[in-house]
Amino acid sequence: MVAFIVRRVIAAVLMLAVVSMATFAIFFLIPRALGQTPEGMASRYVGRDATPEAIQGAVKRLHLDDPLLVQYGRFAKGIVAGQDYSLGPKKAECPAPCFGFSFNNNQPVWPTLLDRLPATLSLAVGAAVLWLVAGVSIGVISALKRGTLLDRAAMTVALAGVSLPIYFTGLVSLAVFAYTLGIFPGGGSYTPITVNPIMWFQALVLPWISLAFLYAALYARLTRAGMLETMGEDYIRTARAKGLKERTVVTRHALRATLTPILTIFGLDLGLLLGGAVLTESTFSIQGIGKLVIDAIRGNDLPVVLGVTLFAAFFIVLANLIVDILYAVVDPRVRLS
Amino acid sequence: MRKTNVLALAALGTVLTMGLAACGGTAGGGGNTSSGNNNSSTGGGDASAAKHNDAYTKVVNPSDAKGGTLKFALTDEPDSMDPGNTYYAWNWNFSRLYSRPLMTYTPKPGPEGLKLVPDLAEAPGEVSADGKTWTYKLKKGIKYDDGTEVKATDVKYAIARSNFTDELTDGPKYFAQYLDAGDYKGPYKDKNLDDFKGIETPDDYTVVFKLKAPFSEFDFLVANPQSAPVPQAKDTGVDYEKAVASTGPYKFESYEVGKQLNLVRNPNWDQATDTTRKQLPDRIEVQFKQNAEDIDNRLIAGQIHVDLGGTGLQPAGRAKVVSNPQLKDSTDNPFTPFNRYAMMSTKVAPFDNIDCRKAVQYAIDKTATQAPWGGPLGGDIGTTAMTPTTVGYKPFDLYPNGADHKGDLAKAKEALTACGHPDGFSTNVAVRGDRTKEVQVAEALQASLARVGIKLTIKKYPSGDWSAQYAGKPDFVHKNNLGIMIAGWGSDWPSGFGFLSQIVDGRAIKPSGNYNMMELNDPSINELLDKGIQTADAAQRNEIWAQVDQKVMESAAFTSFVYEKTLIFRPASLTDAYVHSAWGMYDYTWLGVKQ
Repeated sequence: MVAFIVRRVIAAVLMLAVVSMATFAIFFLIPRALGQTPEGMASRYVGRDATPEAIQGAVKRLHLDDPLLVQYGRFAKGIVAGQDYSLGPKKAECPAPCFGFSFNNNQPVWPTLLDRLPATLSLAVGAAVLWLVAGVSIGVISALKRGTLLDRAAMTVALAGVSLPIYFTGLVSLAVFAYTLGIFPGGGSYTPITVNPIMWFQALVLPWISLAFLYAALYARLTRAGMLETMGEDYIRTARAKGLKERTVVTRHALRATLTPILTIFGLDLGLLLGGAVLTESTFSIQGIGKLVIDAIRGNDLPVVLGVTLFAAFFIVLANLIVDILYAVVDPRVRLS
Repeated sequence: MRKTNVLALAALGTVLTMGLAACGGTAGGGGNTSSGNNNSSTGGGDASAAKHNDAYTKVVNPSDAKGGTLKFALTDEPDSMDPGNTYYAWNWNFSRLYSRPLMTYTPKPGPEGLKLVPDLAEAPGEVSADGKTWTYKLKKGIKYDDGTEVKATDVKYAIARSNFTDELTDGPKYFAQYLDAGDYKGPYKDKNLDDFKGIETPDDYTVVFKLKAPFSEFDFLVANPQSAPVPQAKDTGVDYEKAVASTGPYKFESYEVGKQLNLVRNPNWDQATDTTRKQLPDRIEVQFKQNAEDIDNRLIAGQIHVDLGGTGLQPAGRAKVVSNPQLKDSTDNPFTPFNRYAMMSTKVAPFDNIDCRKAVQYAIDKTATQAPWGGPLGGDIGTTAMTPTTVGYKPFDLYPNGADHKGDLAKAKEALTACGHPDGFSTNVAVRGDRTKEVQVAEALQASLARVGIKLTIKKYPSGDWSAQYAGKPDFVHKNNLGIMIAGWGSDWPSGFGFLSQIVDGRAIKPSGNYNMMELNDPSINELLDKGIQTADAAQRNEIWAQVDQKVMESAAFTSFVYEKTLIFRPASLTDAYVHSAWGMYDYTWLGVKQ
């Protein structure tokens, strides 16, 4: 198992290096190839009526006139060894892992990512628990009650959940529960759990439900399909023939087999969300990783985009690793192999 | 049994959640939030006697009651909260809460607000006989929030850092342009402030500006937040925005860049030295990067007090308040400093012929080009280069295109015949493709000009490089036959020179980053601009700006679609609210909140 984990970690690091190069190329190499000049890039990061001297100053400060390999080398070196940055009368130290400084607000990217992580983590984990419990439960019940009114109603709701975008369900839920009924606080009210746990919970209820509604619908449909397939397997008939209780047959035998693909998707979904739930965070004005990256993209803030991309890739890789390990727990066949 | 337990658990969870929600408030302002929620059905507060646009002409809910938390929200983040390093109009208004420039604007609604009054200075600048030296005396006893007194060298240092360094790039560089500072390298490269010859400080309370040439609107320049003092020892460069040394009624409590700013009362601010600001709320909270539609909903529900950007309600919010008379009474519809217009390139055929330009002037259906801005609520139909809130503005219309502004097609055809294209011609119109309203304006223009045979092809370019690579680059304009460019302009100070100098002066045409996109280089206009800025008498000066406006419109290269307006919402819980003409938004230094 240890060798397996070491192998996966090495592969993950290599993959992150490739991701960083690809992202760097997208944001730096392609614009340059299409004729973008360092001055053209720098003009985005200075005031409205910047003088040529100010633009040249920004070019030098951001090292935009360096060869691309040098720029990438500086970025990669910063991750490993850290780097300094001129704030004017003093230099700012950015210890490793330094993902560079935001072009727009001159803040180091890595501390910004860490600052935004708790909000995204709170949102993603809470919603994940909700959608996993609700989605799998509804899927199992639907499969067991196949063809009934309950099954049809559940699948209709699931279809609606998959179809409705977050910015619709989110804004509607805010309009009804925050601004009309006043049950929950409105957008922008996220408070860290360390500051006020009650406020943290209240502010996240609507985002959790909105986000979980989308995913739970998907998981309910997947679970139902998986359960229907598994319940028709020979070993289920054998389990029943042995006289096992129906509850045991369903939970110990059928659900366990159904959970394997669910777990794979769950790992990927959670990993993706930890890299930023862009729409949910934007709709509810939660200052998480997703809101950070969408704002960075809008503002051409390349170091932040690069940092979030690597950060998100890291979580996906990590989630995959954990899922692979959990496979062994859920599916005995993996353990044997 | 299991089902019962699950249901009971769900019910308990719901009750618990609702209970918790009912008990709590938002961070830092629970009391206000609950009052906002209670008032949500009445549009953010108890029924108010104030009507639509009242705050445009008078102070709504006048009150000197102190206390409470004033809450702002913004869709964006600032370029910087450093008064020396910002170019956002809202921030030139907001930063006065914690910084005091030498001069500022009169705190009154209407045209009175465009007049300057001393702030850090005792009086307006004294100008030398040659017009090249401006002297300001500082009020004595003005302190920073740490209790130390403001000195003249702090003003000098503030201007040196904001105008002569590579690091602080976000603000304008007018002082670098107009001060006679030689090849001064800035205080980050040259630590000796005495080497900065553009400003002298003969004593602790006198600041003397040395100019390259006479500049009679220098008082406007020092109303820019860059003249707010900065103690050299406290300057941390681009990081200074995190802990600005305050001279205003509020000081920084905390600032998480791009997320949240909290201000609290500055105990060392003295009302006796400051006749333009108030200090009503106990604290001020600003949330950045908030969802635009949600900001509108929170305003209407009374959960926040002001949309900091002052750009007005989103389409959904606008529709909601306009259809509800009670909500509409809580709105104001001020002019912004912006003119939204088209420029015709005098260097691109056939617009090198004035009659072809006149044909466009007459053929435009201005009601159609007004619609994308939101109709009359989005702006008044424009006929001049200067806007109604610019000092020196005089209304006139050289190209009357029908009483309903839908176009005078007969006159347009006459002009086309005179320009040698009686059946019309084809040209391109450049527009920022990611700006929906401007694209819709281009489409409306296309439809209205087609009525006289002028065929427009819409060319879309990204707004990020609009000025540097496309419409602001004359070579590109000529090569791509861009006859018309759709743009907008808001001045840095509300005078004719502030508005016109960058967009109509032929000497301001640049190979890139050019805003005189029509490439109008009329010596008589250039001379008038020079004459005006050297004219000491304000009335004579304003007369000259009106003449410049007239000449620009005579060139027929400029056509205004709208003098932009916004629809801004004021919850009933907001006190002392009036629209300041200098910014087209509420005066943020006056606002208070009901307890």
